[in-house]
Amino acid sequence: MTQTDPGKTAEEKAQSRQETKQALKGFGRKKQNLIPILQKVQGRLGYLPREAMTEIAEYLNIPDIDVYGVVTFYNQFRLTPPGRHSVRVCLGTACHMKGGYITLDAWKRRLDINPGETTTDREFDMDTVACVGCCTKAPVTVVDNKPEGKVEPTRVDGILLAFEQEREVKDKEESESS
Amino acid sequence: MKSVSLSIDGKKITAKEGTKILRAALENDIYIANLCAIKDKAEPNAACRLCFVEIEGEEEPVTACTREATDGMVVNTRGERALELARTGFELLMASHPVDCANCPANGVCELQKIAKHIGGKLKTKRFRQLLRELPIDDSNPLFTYDPNKCVLCGRCVWVCRQRKETALLGFAHRGFKRVVTTFAGEPIGAERCLDCSACVEVCPTRALAFKGGEKGLGYRGWVV
Ligand code: SF4
Ligand code: SF4
Ligand code: FES
Ligand code: FES
Repeated sequence: MTQTDPGKTAEEKAQSRQETKQALKGFGRKKQNLIPILQKVQGRLGYLPREAMTEIAEYLNIPDIDVYGVVTFYNQFRLTPPGRHSVRVCLGTACHMKGGYITLDAWKRRLDINPGETTTDREFDMDTVACVGCCTKAPVTVVDNKPEGKVEPTRVDGILLAFEQEREVKDKEESESS
Repeated sequence: MKSVSLSIDGKKITAKEGTKILRAALENDIYIANLCAIKDKAEPNAACRLCFVEIEGEEEPVTACTREATDGMVVNTRGERALELARTGFELLMASHPVDCANCPANGVCELQKIAKHIGGKLKTKRFRQLLRELPIDDSNPLFTYDPNKCVLCGRCVWVCRQRKETALLGFAHRGFKRVVTTFAGEPIGAERCLDCSACVEVCPTRALAFKGGEKGLGYRGWVV
């Protein structure tokens, strides 16, 4: 429940504060602007850190808990920085029936995070979604915006292995070119 | 201001025009089960779905906190159809409530116990599968504890917190089953921003918010906010 954005330095915080102030320019100080503001700020920062929410609450003159309430209500808003890769586990009706929760458990175990969180190396962020429109391939996980079908736990391992190999190749290339 | 006359459970009462049935009843000492009504707040929270009553000539029961009393209205608070709806709502609430009355500071003065008795509902429901939230208890405030597991999301504390403070500390966050009354970023309630006015404790019907220890554990003043 508590917001997780640990290990952020004072400079980074000041930076998000500054960015938020920039993003707020041009918006009227009306409550109705809260959602467009949140979208804009998240567009810039990739997520909604604590400092940004405080800044927005002050700007609109509303309680900060109400900003937090809206941020936690909608799936589109994140409290944690995005990872390099995004994992969206479908728990829509069809995927649910086809063992979506087993798939989710596999992701949770492998990445060692809960839905809505980002791995400490910021490599992956994970969340759940409700139906992405390709139920025939259930259980579905959307990885970096690409829907993967029949994602059983073994497929979870397969996807992660592919990323690992990709990274190894890249590391190798980088070390060879330098 | 114009007034209206109506009858509730056979008792003739008058109320100011525009008054909701629940308010008219409670002000005339007729009890209707409710968890979310606030005396000083004209607009109902309409969150608990327990205040169902029947109105003569109407097919379906209505929530008493949202329906205006009108002239000549005949209200029955003990109708079986209304009570059945209230019971279902109540038992759904209780399905995620960790019922342990013997060890609860609210035991004996608990609004849930009172309602169970009044509508003939069960505290320990067998009709629905139990699904507990298992959230951590917040013990950080010097005066009171907050146990979100016992919260019924009535919104009374949220409202009263906003009456006492420039900017509110308490509010709702998350959605669906995870919906919870909390503070900004889920911070401990005892952090420096709370004024320790404990107004929230006094309006909490379940002792989700409870004074620490002693006589003061019986803080609830219900409808009388
Ligand atoms: S809040 Fe009421 S119903 Fe719940 S455990 Fe305490 S006394 Fe029992
Ligand atoms: S803490 Fe108490 S007063 Fe506040 S919403 Fe929950 S049950 Fe209602
Ligand atoms: S339910 Fe998962 S894609 Fe439709
Ligand atoms: S009092 Fe009517 S819904 Fe709670």
